[in-house]
Amino acid sequence: MSEKDSNMQHDNCQVLTFMLAEEVYGVDIMSVREVLDYTSVTKVPQTPDYMVGVINLRGNVVPVLDLRLKFGMGKTEKMVNTCVIIVEVEIDDETTILGALADSVQEVVDFEGSNIEDAPKIGTQLNTAFIKGMAKNNDGFVIILNVNSVFSQDDILSLAGTAETTPEQAAISV
Amino acid sequence: MSKTILTVDDSASIRQMVKFTLTKEGYNVIEACDGKDALTKVNGANIDMVVTDLNMPNMDGITLIKQLRTQAKFKFIPIIMLTTESQDSKKAEGKSAGATGWIVKPFKPEQLITVTKKVLR
Amino acid sequence: MAVDVHQEVFIQEAQELLEELEESLLELENDTDNADIVARIFRAMHTIKGSGAMFGFENIAHLVHDVETAYDMVRNGELTISKDMLEYSLKSCDVIKEMLQDAAIKADSPEAVEILNFFRGCQNKPQEAKPEAPVDNIEETSTADERAYRIRFKPEETILMQGTNPAHLLEELEEMGESKIIAHTSSVPPLAEMDPEKCYTFWDILLTTNKTENDIRDVFIFVEDDSEIKINVIDDFTTEDDHYKKLGEILLEKGDVTAEALQALMNEKKMLGEMLVEKGLVKPEAIASALEEQKHVKEMRNKKAAVESAASIRVPSEKLDSMVDLVGELVTVQARLNQTAVEDLNPELMKIAEEVERLVWELRDNTMSIRMLQIGSTFSKYKRLVRDLSRDLGKDIELITKGEDTELDKTVIEKLGDPLVHLVRNSVDHGIGTPADRIAAGKDGKGQILLSAEHSGDSVLIQIKDNGKGIDRDVILNKAIEKGIVAEGAEMTDKEVYELIFAAGFSTAESVSNVSGRGVGMDVVKRNIEALRGTIYIESTLGVGTTITLKLPLTLAIIDGLLVTISDQSFIVPLSRVNECIEFKESEYKTESCRKILKVRDELIPYVKLRDIFGIKDGVPDIQQIVIVELEGRRVGFVVDNVIGDHQTVIKSLGKTFKDVECVSGASVLGNGSVALIIDIVKVYTSIE
Repeated sequence: MSEKDSNMQHDNCQVLTFMLAEEVYGVDIMSVREVLDYTSVTKVPQTPDYMVGVINLRGNVVPVLDLRLKFGMGKTEKMVNTCVIIVEVEIDDETTILGALADSVQEVVDFEGSNIEDAPKIGTQLNTAFIKGMAKNNDGFVIILNVNSVFSQDDILSLAGTAETTPEQAAISV
Repeated sequence: MSKTILTVDDSASIRQMVKFTLTKEGYNVIEACDGKDALTKVNGANIDMVVTDLNMPNMDGITLIKQLRTQAKFKFIPIIMLTTESQDSKKAEGKSAGATGWIVKPFKPEQLITVTKKVLR
Repeated sequence: MAVDVHQEVFIQEAQELLEELEESLLELENDTDNADIVARIFRAMHTIKGSGAMFGFENIAHLVHDVETAYDMVRNGELTISKDMLEYSLKSCDVIKEMLQDAAIKADSPEAVEILNFFRGCQNKPQEAKPEAPVDNIEETSTADERAYRIRFKPEETILMQGTNPAHLLEELEEMGESKIIAHTSSVPPLAEMDPEKCYTFWDILLTTNKTENDIRDVFIFVEDDSEIKINVIDDFTTEDDHYKKLGEILLEKGDVTAEALQALMNEKKMLGEMLVEKGLVKPEAIASALEEQKHVKEMRNKKAAVESAASIRVPSEKLDSMVDLVGELVTVQARLNQTAVEDLNPELMKIAEEVERLVWELRDNTMSIRMLQIGSTFSKYKRLVRDLSRDLGKDIELITKGEDTELDKTVIEKLGDPLVHLVRNSVDHGIGTPADRIAAGKDGKGQILLSAEHSGDSVLIQIKDNGKGIDRDVILNKAIEKGIVAEGAEMTDKEVYELIFAAGFSTAESVSNVSGRGVGMDVVKRNIEALRGTIYIESTLGVGTTITLKLPLTLAIIDGLLVTISDQSFIVPLSRVNECIEFKESEYKTESCRKILKVRDELIPYVKLRDIFGIKDGVPDIQQIVIVELEGRRVGFVVDNVIGDHQTVIKSLGKTFKDVECVSGASVLGNGSVALIIDIVKVYTSIE
């Protein structure tokens, strides 16, 4: 990943905020399709843990990710507020629909470009490539995710590569 | 209600073939080995159609047809004669006796079915 | 047809008749004038002949025919019994007996000919006993163009007495095409004079059909001798002219009115029809019939024009795709409806659900069939390919195609193109040698590749068959060892060796040509075919040729699946592969390894526990189920917790995200809204092999 230009100007944007393990995250509202209550998810074998599985979205089969697991924050526990944010991402110039588990969805907030800063080089648990910017909120920061990079990382695309290293899989290929 | 067909023939193999073919098509089939036998078999029975050979011992087919046509119950039912002679004389004789149609032997099961469906709708 | 059963009965019957016949003949010897005995003999012969011909004993029928005729002549007093005649009659009994035993004895065997000649002599018939040439009843096949006919059917009054119901004949005509029937009732007498057993009515039938006049005549076959039947072609729909014949013309043609009468009327200025009736020249029905005729032809012409303009329509394929998607969703919703109906125990709802189910399935089949294309359109391009390639390579190869009309889903045909090109190229390049090589091997210098397609159950088989060199297993094996694909000294079956051709990075051509042999081929081909849920396998005999068979599903969108569960998860196994399901008790089979052997009715079947493969750990039930499927000719068991039943599976792709997940080929939405994964059993099995 190339270094981001630290003087880059951020545009104004509308962000849907949600909670992941006590922290507030946001995604650009333009890439959000809808938010669903948590429903039963069908696990797909031979995939990494953070791939929760697939759900039925009005007859279409949509993959769902556990962002907490992906970000190394522990598994998402299913609670009353747990929901699935359905986003559109560009993978190889194709629009793909994906779901992401969130502990709860908060609100839609407008941010001025001037209020958004680049991701700090240090001090977050996340790979900075996942972060589009940090926006200042009333009572803290919102980490705005770069959906395209969160969801279209190579390791999602070629799950088999990662799958072979999971202990589950190792047991199978005996 | 499946329809009942009477097959009259002195040849058991023909009777069996007729019975086999028509039963498979969903008809009820009664057998008789000659004209006399046929007349006893139809007595009291409801017959929707008759398939009869012409050359038979005891009572031949022409006589049988004539006899059947005198009975009110069988006045208008289709009667098909089986002929080996495809000569018109036999056919005409049968027709004037009251036969509805004919099948020339040898015939294939399909022909029998076609004719049956034609006269017995 | 169960001829054999009938044949047996006939043989038995004929043997009895022959005994009777012999007896009668011996009796006749002592009493040559007894007409009763002659009649008996005639009848026995008659039965043997008639039944014989029906049950495949044409030889007997042929032989008996002349014997029977002779006795018929005796019966009619045209011939007297001679000693020779009795002698030959007895001889014929013997020959018939032999023929009953051995169907191979022909009617032109010496004994048979001798008998035939004798009896023909009696009848003063020519002596040659050549079996009559079989009469070919080549009837003109009736795929004529549509025509409009006018049929006048005027039965004899006594038609009912012969058991013919005229209504049946009219019905039969109605079934042949578009028709209009006009009854002429003018000759029905007043009630007092009417004989209810007679038929006073006659009919005009206007029929537009593609059947021939002969076909129409066949309808009346039993009544044509005593009925008036006139059949005219009134329109063959070839003229562009909008106007059909005028009323007067029609009536004239049918003979309902004379030309003079018509001419006389023409001078008056009234509607012709009215005038004709007024003057009592023509019966009202005749006018009605003629008017109907005008109407019928006009309607049929209009209809014809409409059909021609709408015989086919072009639709963008995306529209079809989205239609299939919609039908898929409908199937899913229908499954939910069914489930709800069953759960609610609401009979009314269940009835509706069943009806919807029937309609949805019909719609599904219909939609799928719209997407079907004939594979022939793609076959033609291979002719050119083979021609050009063989010229470049100095070979002489002919491509023969078969089954061009086999239909396949359009997506499958589209995706099949590249793999097929590759396979055909391979056959040209590797399969078939140069003319010199071939002649040296004792073959025709011209090689042959047969490209064929045929239906087989719910699959289509595509074969590329060449009569070339065949695959030399040693060459393959050495190459594979050289490339490090297999270890040296590995024991492999022919089939396994051929499989190596599909291994990544494998190429056997000794020099890389611009045709094939770059080693990027067969593994890609195999992957493409598998992406279509198809299979590929090779059969080959060294020096004789190679056959590559592709087995492809008819459609990609919806399959019949078997729904199974493991723990709380649902899976689908393609039903076409499933042989049977049996119970499986864990306690009876205690082994540690992943692949185990099960004994089913004295057959050893390897089985796999799907819960192990999928890493499902919780609660193993006492009694599980084994689904036995057929994989490349072998039976393999897959252990699941429960078998639910069949499921109309609308296949949904898992998308790019899961494109590398091997053991799952897709997903489907169940009636309760949850998702079931479709198991790729081939991959599952090979992954643990």
